Amino acid sequence: MTPLSRDALARMVALHLPEQGFVNLGIGAPTHVADYLPAGSGVILHSENGILNVGPKPAAGEEDWDLINAGKMPISLRSGGSYFDSSLSFAMMRGGHLDVAVLGAFQVSKNGDLANWTTGDNGSPPGIGGAIDLAVGAKSIWVMMDHVTKDGRSRIVERCGYPLTARGVVTRIFTNLCIIDVTEDGLAVRALLDGLAIEALRDRTEAPLRVMGDPLTIRQDGSVA
Amino acid sequence: MRNVVVEDAAAAVEGIKDGDTVMMGGFGGAGLPLGVVKAVLDRGVRDLTLISNNAGSTEDDLSLWFEARIVRKIVCSYPRSAKHFAEQYRAGTVELELVPQGTLVERIRAGGAGLGGFLSPVGVGTVFADGKEKIVVDGREFILELPLHADFAFVKGHLADTLGNVTYNKTARNHCAVMATAGRTVAVEVDRVVNVGDLDPEAIVTPCIFVDRVFARSSR
Repeated sequence: MTPLSRDALARMVALHLPEQGFVNLGIGAPTHVADYLPAGSGVILHSENGILNVGPKPAAGEEDWDLINAGKMPISLRSGGSYFDSSLSFAMMRGGHLDVAVLGAFQVSKNGDLANWTTGDNGSPPGIGGAIDLAVGAKSIWVMMDHVTKDGRSRIVERCGYPLTARGVVTRIFTNLCIIDVTEDGLAVRALLDGLAIEALRDRTEAPLRVMGDPLTIRQDGSVA
Repeated sequence: MRNVVVEDAAAAVEGIKDGDTVMMGGFGGAGLPLGVVKAVLDRGVRDLTLISNNAGSTEDDLSLWFEARIVRKIVCSYPRSAKHFAEQYRAGTVELELVPQGTLVERIRAGGAGLGGFLSPVGVGTVFADGKEKIVVDGREFILELPLHADFAFVKGHLADTLGNVTYNKTARNHCAVMATAGRTVAVEVDRVVNVGDLDPEAIVTPCIFVDRVFARSSR
């Protein structure tokens, strides 16, 4: 049992995005999800710095530094795209107009609390950016992250130890081991990596996990059956 | 006829003084009025309160202000990847007010729109609610966020006419259009100044009533 690669995790998230949905991909690993959107999905990507219908990275030499994404990297505009100021952009985010926001995280708690902006390390300045606005405002908040930390501790916890971004907002968690839905009755395993037993997943997860029926199987390429 | 065009960046920052509050447009480099960055340095002012989305990177941008130690406090959403700011932050020589990005821009909008603040759900139940008034509306908790004003707002536009009407270029609009409503003096650095009548009225994002000074970026 090998945990999903970063590419496969991004692909798994991309395959779940609703067709024709309005979606914001957070900076870092979530941005990578754009590379795996199925052709014809019709998903319209938003970026907080004032653009709707984000297109792919331009070819080398074609970069326009007035046309960048939230990660400050050059992008392109798809046909039907638009530009707007930050106030209108955050009205989209805070006002419940985005169908899904995909965010990275340090920790998610069993009731969907999100900690993704600081580990409280005073050595470097903290940054909050627009993650908190997305976490409060998008209709669905999906987290994608490694299931455990580099030293093997669960990132899915009883209570977040790091400062919170928002309380009770995460609706679904995609990790390199599984897909978990955050429900009113706790965390429910929706899909499990091929070859991983549910008990082995529980061993790697601090918060309690429920299983309803047979979980779907996640293949190494990130597809789910 | 009204004409707000000034010679250069030095003229655009005329009157700035020690202790002033300054808004700087931009998200990363897009929308940052770079000529103003240099001109403010040349003025030799200090103890500025800077309202900006970022704190510069290690390159040729707002990081120059931190390197020169002319900022006393920054009100900011994402001061990451900012080497000179980080050094002063660690040394305790600069104050940071960290604000969620949407709250930052809405506080600026409130300042420009004459509002006493607004109620936001963002930050409820987190450290971002500390010390703020809580108000329940229809059963949902909000926090009272207060407006931001500035002595100067400096932004980067694409085109301006001599009256002071401004258009922007792509994602360089970001915080600029909102900041342009919230400064006591608003100065816009543009790629090109055009004649009155040359801008499509439907394309003007910042109407001239908000704009005090315009100058064309020098082609260096």
